[in-house]
Formats: sequence, structure tokens, C-alpha cells
Amino acid sequence: MNPLAAIGRAFLALLEAIGRLVLFAFAAVTHIVRPPFYPRALLRQMVDIGYYSLPVVALTTLFSGMVLALQSHTGFARFSAEGAVAGVVALSITRELAPVLAGLMVAGRVGASMAAELGTMRVTEQIDALSTLSTDPMKYLVAPRILAGFVMLPPLVLVGDVIGIFGGYIVGIYKLDFSPGAYIDQTWRFIEVRDVVSGLVKAAAFGFLVSLMGCYHGYRSAGGAQGVGRAATSAVVSSAILILVFNYVITELFFAK
Amino acid sequence: MSGPGEPKIRIRGLHKAFGEKRVLRGVDLDIGAGESMVVIGGSGTGKSVTVKCALGIVEPDSGSILIDGAESVGLKGAAREAVNARMGMLFQGGALFDSLPVWENVAFGLVAAGQRTRRDAKPVALETLAQVGLGPEVGDLMPAELSGGMQKRVALARAIAARPDIIFFDEPTTGLDPIMADVINDLIVECVRELGATALSITHDMASARKIADRIAMLHEGRIVWSGAVADIDASGNEFVDQFIHGRASGPIRMAVRR
Repeated sequence: MNPLAAIGRAFLALLEAIGRLVLFAFAAVTHIVRPPFYPRALLRQMVDIGYYSLPVVALTTLFSGMVLALQSHTGFARFSAEGAVAGVVALSITRELAPVLAGLMVAGRVGASMAAELGTMRVTEQIDALSTLSTDPMKYLVAPRILAGFVMLPPLVLVGDVIGIFGGYIVGIYKLDFSPGAYIDQTWRFIEVRDVVSGLVKAAAFGFLVSLMGCYHGYRSAGGAQGVGRAATSAVVSSAILILVFNYVITELFFAK
Repeated sequence: MSGPGEPKIRIRGLHKAFGEKRVLRGVDLDIGAGESMVVIGGSGTGKSVTVKCALGIVEPDSGSILIDGAESVGLKGAAREAVNARMGMLFQGGALFDSLPVWENVAFGLVAAGQRTRRDAKPVALETLAQVGLGPEVGDLMPAELSGGMQKRVALARAIAARPDIIFFDEPTTGLDPIMADVINDLIVECVRELGATALSITHDMASARKIADRIAMLHEGRIVWSGAVADIDASGNEFVDQFIHGRASGPIRMAVRR
């Protein structure tokens, strides 16, 4: 077997996969802005993504804020810079941890479930049935999910920001002996609007990506139960990778000197 | 509407391949208005693909499907939806939407096509459920709470709810016990007659085919190898049909079985 041909084939397959994904994303976005709209389906997805993801995002950001306060205190104590703990917690949570962790958690919870649901609908011919009932499946199934992911991740991350900073505050006050007033004052002095906004922009992008990958892999699923399982796994893995890649890209856009 | 003497559905030279596998190799079939055509054939001979081509779910590689004299191959968007709004389809596994209660499944096409609001569609859905022998209490159940036979009835109700003039039935009796299969066959005959619809069914269940067909066509290796009136099938003189209807292992049809 010619190794060059194998590399060429793999590269072409990669380009083909990227092309398919981009076309799928484009079709989904055009369906979001063109009627008919399905408000009930959108509302259901918004509740599923936004409301039901709250506990897992809250717990993740709470403990991340707590551990961040502990770790940064340990590090800063070496330079007698313990006063920077509150600021570091606030910046890290708002800029990075809340959007990335919320994105990853939603990818695990919602992305996998979207892929499994749409994959099951595909293999049981429910998606074909929609086409026969004067309904475009891209419009009815995919567009509301992608819009809901895009819209609901920012408020989810905003809640995560508050809870994460609160986690740092609890450790700061009860474990590291900060005074409540000083901790809050430090937090306000460090944090800027741009920090929060960059996190929310990331959240919107991650919400879009998670829903897109969940829908894409589910919609194209084939091969029965095994195919549905593969779709769910691919949705989570590809979402996680894209979240990390786009996290760097958006950070670069906001903060690169 | 079809002109005089013009078939309701005319399929000509339909070809479809999936990769190397050539499933349809030139299907030609005419179905008259108000006629019930049953296509028989073994598994993997292209029966379902033919119906999916007619519904626009699968795009044929070449060929023509005229519905009332108008080409339906290649239609997209609103034009395809307009054609599909006149059609009903009963899927092999029912394909009921798990996330919706039974009545919403039945009313789905009515609401989607803008024929009824969601609220107005409920009485019509319950009426259609009654037509297939299901009481109003079934309307609020979820599809997962129904037996296989009840799911088939609901799927039939969904297929006829918008009073289509063409109905497709994909293996309507598969997975049912003989009594329930006969009940479904009777319902199909009754519904098609009442609507005055044209029906295209695909099955390998000969009892079902004999009961619901006016005419039968046999598909083998992607081509129609025989078609004729249901009364003529036992004297078709076609060796493929003879082997199939008698369920003989030996004959011109060779199954892909390795020993």
C-alpha cells in the first residue's frame, strides 16, 4: 500500500467531513431565520439546555471557584501576594473556567442526548416520517436545538460566574481568613466588563458548537443501536475538542496584545 | 388530477445505487387512480427504496415519477411539501414520534400543513383514531405505552388523518400476530376505499397482499418482473412469482445465504 496515497485519502476524507459539517451548519442557520418557526420546540429545548443544566453547571463552577481560591492562595503566599486571590478567582472564572466548564458539562449532558435522540429518530424512520408530514426535519428538529444552545449558554455561564466567584468567596472567608468586605472589594477592583463579556461570547459560541455537533452526528447517524452510540460519543468528543480550540481563538481575539 | 386513462402514479426507468450496490435497476410501474397496488418481493430487492423515492426521502439517480402527470423527482422545499401533503405513509415500524402523545402524532400532518390549529386538530385526531378502532382515551397516551398492534393502528390513523389521495404502506403487517395482521389489512382496505385513495403497499406477506391488492407487481433485483391482477397471481406463469408465493427455497431467486 502506498503511504502517500493513504495520507492523501485521509486528508481528502477530512476535507469532505469539514465540508459536510459546514454545509449542515449553514443549512441549520438559514432555517433558524426563515419561517415557519416552531416556538414550542424552541421553548422545550431552551428549558432542557438552560434550566436542567443549572445544577451541574452550578456544582462545577462552585467547586472550581473554591479550589482556585485554595490553590492560588498557596501559590501567592510564596510571594506574599495573598491579596490577589479574589482577583485571580474572578478573572479565571469569568474569562475561562465558567464558559469552558459549562460548555464541557453541557456537551456531556445535552450534546450526547441530542445526538442519541436524533440518532434514534433517524434509525426508527421518525425523521423520514417528518418529511412525509409537510415538515422539514432541519427546521423542526435542528434549528430550535441550535438556537436554544446559542441563546441559553450565556445566561447559564453568567449564573456560573456568580456561583464560581461565590465559591472562592466561601473559601476565602472561612478557610483563608479574608474579611468579607476586603474580598468583595478586591473582586470588584480586578474584574472588568470585558472579562465577563468575553466569557459570555465564548458561552454563545460553545452553545452553538455543542448543539451543532449533537445535531450533526445524530442526524447523520446510521446502523442501528451501535450507530446511535457512536453518534453520541462523536458528539461529545468533537464538541469538547472544538470548545478548547475556539476557547483559544476567542481569547486571542479579545486579549491578544 | 390524472387525465382519462392516465395513471395516478407513473414510474419509469427508476435507478438508485448506494455506493457499489445497485438497488433499483430500472423500475417501471403504473398505478391507476383509486387502485390498490401491492409490490411484493424478497428483502433487499428495493421495495422500500421505490416508495422512498416516490416520497422524496431518497433521491433516485435517474428515472421519472409522475404523479397526476407532473414530475416529482427533484422537487425541493415548498414544492415537495405540497406534493407530500397529498400523500400519507405508514412506516414499517410505525415511526411514531416518541416525544408526542398519540393524538398529536395523528394531528401532526394537519397542523404542519396549516389545515388546522393545534386545538382544532384534536377532535379530528380523535375521530381518526375512532376510525381505526381506538377510543379517545388512547389519544393522551404516549406511543411507548401502546402494544405493537395499537402502534400500527395509530400510524395508520396518522397516515390517513389529512385525507390524502395517495397512501403508501411499508410492510403494514410485519411483526404482528396473524389475527392483528388481518385486522390491520381490513382497516387498510376500509380506509383506502372510504377515502377513494390510490394505494401503493409493499410487503412480503402474501396473505396481506391478497387481501389488500387490486393488482400485484413483483420486484426482483431492482426491476419489476411481473405485474397483474391479484386474481391472476396463482396462474402468472412467472417462475419468480411462483417461487415467491409458494415460499420455495429452490428456484430462480437465490438468497444470499452462505452455509
